[in-house]
Amino acid sequence: MDFASAQVIGAGLAAIGVGAAAVGVGNVFGSFLESAIRNPAAADSQQGRLFIGFAAAELLGLIAFAVAMIILYAR
Amino acid sequence: MAAESKIDPMHQFQISPLAGDLDGSPFVFTNSALWMLVVLALIWVFMLGGMKRQLVPGRWQVMVEGVTGFIHSMVTTNIGPEGRKYMPWVFTVFMFILFANLLGLMPFALVGAQPFTVTSQFTVTGIMAIISFAIVLIVGFWKHGFHFFSLFIPHGTPKVMLPMIFLIELLSFMVRPFSLALRLFVAMIAGHILVEVFGSFVVQGINAGGIGPAVSVLSFIFIIGVMALEILVCAIQAYVFALLTSLYINDAVNLH
Repeated sequence: MDFASAQVIGAGLAAIGVGAAAVGVGNVFGSFLESAIRNPAAADSQQGRLFIGFAAAELLGLIAFAVAMIILYAR
Repeated sequence: MAAESKIDPMHQFQISPLAGDLDGSPFVFTNSALWMLVVLALIWVFMLGGMKRQLVPGRWQVMVEGVTGFIHSMVTTNIGPEGRKYMPWVFTVFMFILFANLLGLMPFALVGAQPFTVTSQFTVTGIMAIISFAIVLIVGFWKHGFHFFSLFIPHGTPKVMLPMIFLIELLSFMVRPFSLALRLFVAMIAGHILVEVFGSFVVQGINAGGIGPAVSVLSFIFIIGVMALEILVCAIQAYVFALLTSLYINDAVNLH
């Protein structure tokens, strides 16, 4: 296998991590919504924590994207 | 990959000098600098329009007071009554990121200008993250001296675990500026590449003929959805940056 095709395959494999982060982000918002509907009075006070969890989950997907880009444009 | 199609999604992030060349002098006025000035001017106009201090606020003043009140409540709930001191930096960061992100989404190419997102450069977001981190370090050591290191040891840690917990906490502390900068920068880059790639699908689909135009229409509908999502991401990233900055400052001020 030559370098260019190995590069593209590697970048594609690295992009799987973005999908994993999508599961994480969906889990964060899904769990928040589930508990917010059970106790709507407490939902607003937890919005900050919601976005911290979202940021942490999203960051890992973005790192996967950065790795894919580094592999794709490596010389 | 971009050699055949001639549509290069990375071209929009290129920094090009507006006068002179990049090799000659370290001080060159680039398109990045121009767009930073545009962002600054916009924020200035926005704030100036709302600082009339009327007893019954007009529409504009309500907008400005909404933003300042939002940041004020974020800072005071996260840091406590002492948080007001750190409001200038948190507010600056929030406004700059929000305006730069939204300005980068505007379709300036329609009038012939080359749009540029300032926050899609790791240098810019990195500098902002480093300033936030420096504030945390300076405030922490100023207020608590070497007692600041107790930040790395959670309460009730068993003696045996101390060295390992200390190392892990130290690592997670040192990674903060990178994660802060990387999150904003990659979110902006990814969004713009996505829009650009699907924009190229529209053009290529029309040129291809056959089933191509159908693909173009689907891509165009998809772009509208992605743009709506991008506007949301712009606001969320500005919010997350300001929120995490105030949380980190809270660590330095209150030590758990």
